[in-house]
Amino acid sequence: MSGEIAAAFAKAKARGEGALVAYAMAGDPDLPRSVDVFAAMVEGGADILEIGVAFSDPIADGPVIQEASERALKAGASLKRVLNEVVPEVRKRCPETPLVVMTYINVVMALGEEKYAKLAREKGISGTILPDLPPEESVGIRAAFDAVGLDLIPLCAPTTPPARAEAIARDARGFVYCVSVAGVTGMRAELPVDLSSRLELVKRASPVPITAGFGISTAEQARAIGAHADGVVVGSALVRAAHADGPAAARQLCAEIKRGLKR
Amino acid sequence: MSIETSATVGRFGPFGGRYVPETLVPALLELEEAYAAARADPAFGKQVTQVLKEFVGRETPLTPAHRLTAAWGGAQVWLKREDLAHTGAHKINNTIGQVLLALRMGKKRIIAETGAGQHGVATATACALFGLPCEVYMGALDVERQALNVFRMRALGATVRPVELGSKTLKDAMNEAMRTWVSQVQDTHYVIGSAAGPHPYPTIVRDFQAIIGQEVRTQSQALFGRLPDAIIACVGGGSNAIGVLHPFIGDKQVRLVGVEAGGHGLNTQQHGASLTLGTEGVLHGSRSLVLQDENGQIQEAHSISAGLDYPGVGPELAFLVKTGRMEIRTATDDEALQAFYEVSRSEGILPALETSHAFARGAELARELGKGKHLVINCSGRGDKDVATIAARGIPAAITGNKS
Ligand SMILES: Cc1ncc(COP(=O)(O)O)c(C=O)c1O
Repeated sequence: MSGEIAAAFAKAKARGEGALVAYAMAGDPDLPRSVDVFAAMVEGGADILEIGVAFSDPIADGPVIQEASERALKAGASLKRVLNEVVPEVRKRCPETPLVVMTYINVVMALGEEKYAKLAREKGISGTILPDLPPEESVGIRAAFDAVGLDLIPLCAPTTPPARAEAIARDARGFVYCVSVAGVTGMRAELPVDLSSRLELVKRASPVPITAGFGISTAEQARAIGAHADGVVVGSALVRAAHADGPAAARQLCAEIKRGLKR
Repeated sequence: MSIETSATVGRFGPFGGRYVPETLVPALLELEEAYAAARADPAFGKQVTQVLKEFVGRETPLTPAHRLTAAWGGAQVWLKREDLAHTGAHKINNTIGQVLLALRMGKKRIIAETGAGQHGVATATACALFGLPCEVYMGALDVERQALNVFRMRALGATVRPVELGSKTLKDAMNEAMRTWVSQVQDTHYVIGSAAGPHPYPTIVRDFQAIIGQEVRTQSQALFGRLPDAIIACVGGGSNAIGVLHPFIGDKQVRLVGVEAGGHGLNTQQHGASLTLGTEGVLHGSRSLVLQDENGQIQEAHSISAGLDYPGVGPELAFLVKTGRMEIRTATDDEALQAFYEVSRSEGILPALETSHAFARGAELARELGKGKHLVINCSGRGDKDVATIAARGIPAAITGNKS
């Protein structure tokens, strides 16, 4: 296990806050400017950065992130270039913040699972989220990640039956990513009413921190979730803010959500 | 029945699997279980068979193609006439089965993706027959190319949702259908149209399409007293191919041949030849051979026929090709067009552009086999849907021989 992720959650908790995992798309609008977005999010209070690596066919993503993927691919943001050009710059500017990669399994397979694990760890990545890799398919890759200390962060969905959710949580690395809505990424006005009991169930079973993500865009939502989880993941809202108004808008939104996460 | 070889279900050697968001996994497990129960229930089998007979018009004939046989000067050519199935293509075999399965599972609505529109029409038809609401995702480019089928779907009461993303073809329609399914998975069944997608779809679609090959077995025994020497089918996602070929996998004397879209040519990057030029990867929930760049980004496929315009292929076909059981060839857009006219004029059958790819490689295969042998060509669908595309190019003078 990487350890950096656990430390980041613990630090936030010690300050009396839920952790903010902030997502942006590497290479949107281009490689250097996406570094500015990541740095701005940390200035705004992000505790962990989730670095999106674009895939041509992102079936788990809604329109905001789909469009960001298209822009990133046009800018040439391959996994290799993100690891070689974006990650080191982000590391330099945010040396304290754990970095997590989010992409699809085909992108990692193309580089090679073991080669990716080694390279990502070398470049300072702590964990990886692969939204199209359920536990049944992840045994091999997780062994490769474990071997170098890269956390394969599992997802848990609202449709996941309780026993399966507990099994996913018990076996988790890094943190458990609880998908808050049955759907793709994107902002939602309302979150499901039974989300809190679902989070409590996962929390009881999990040896690592748990977060909720998908649909979260306001301080209010963050506050509601923060009562039942160790943190929140915010993606589409930040991608949209950065795309419309640049890094400062992403910084501001992070700060606002952090206010919601104060306990 | 099945050839899943590894210990893991849903695997065909290294191919197959279930690479989907966790949200969908419980639904796929439920589908797998419901399908196993349905398959074990004789009443379900009887119901499917009855609808196929009364409504679809099965069995479809195995027709001798006398003039093609003479023209090609090799094996005796037989046509398996899926073009005569209701709605005009093999796709209906699968949609009847899947919609009946969805009803059994208590699902309230149906979604589907479509390329050429044949699967969309077949799904809309099954939904109309059984009274279920139906939504079909279709690439905006295909909506344009296949206007007739768009009208048919709408006339049947389905909602057609044009997809403006990516290459605006089948791959993007499938992405969008999957995204929709993720948000409506509780009460919606997604009818995948080819033998692709996450487990258990490749198995379910293959089983429902295997009726084609099973009929060929009995018909060839009755018509020429033995099994065919070779069977050839076009390959997009691969449902008509696996359907006609699967029942013959164990008969080593029967050559199994697939034909992929060569598009503008294999060296142009504008083709749909994933079995020929694809590399191992994951697309739309299964591990198979896909057209992708060195960074794992899926490449856009091209074919004159919307149904073959797909950068992936079903995992079972990938396995059959990798293990050498199945031969794979390609035909270009131009070759398919030429075959379209040849078949129309010599057999009185306007084949679908997809099917025309199989015909385009039929002549050389017939000659390779030689006289006294029997070649079955799977006539996966009829060409009515393609006449606008084909007519827009004008009939080449080389074909008309100056007659008009
Ligand atoms: C007539 C016909 N044949 C073949 C295909 C290709 O599909 P598959 O490869 O799944 O048989 C299609 C798809 O739309 C079709 O309409």
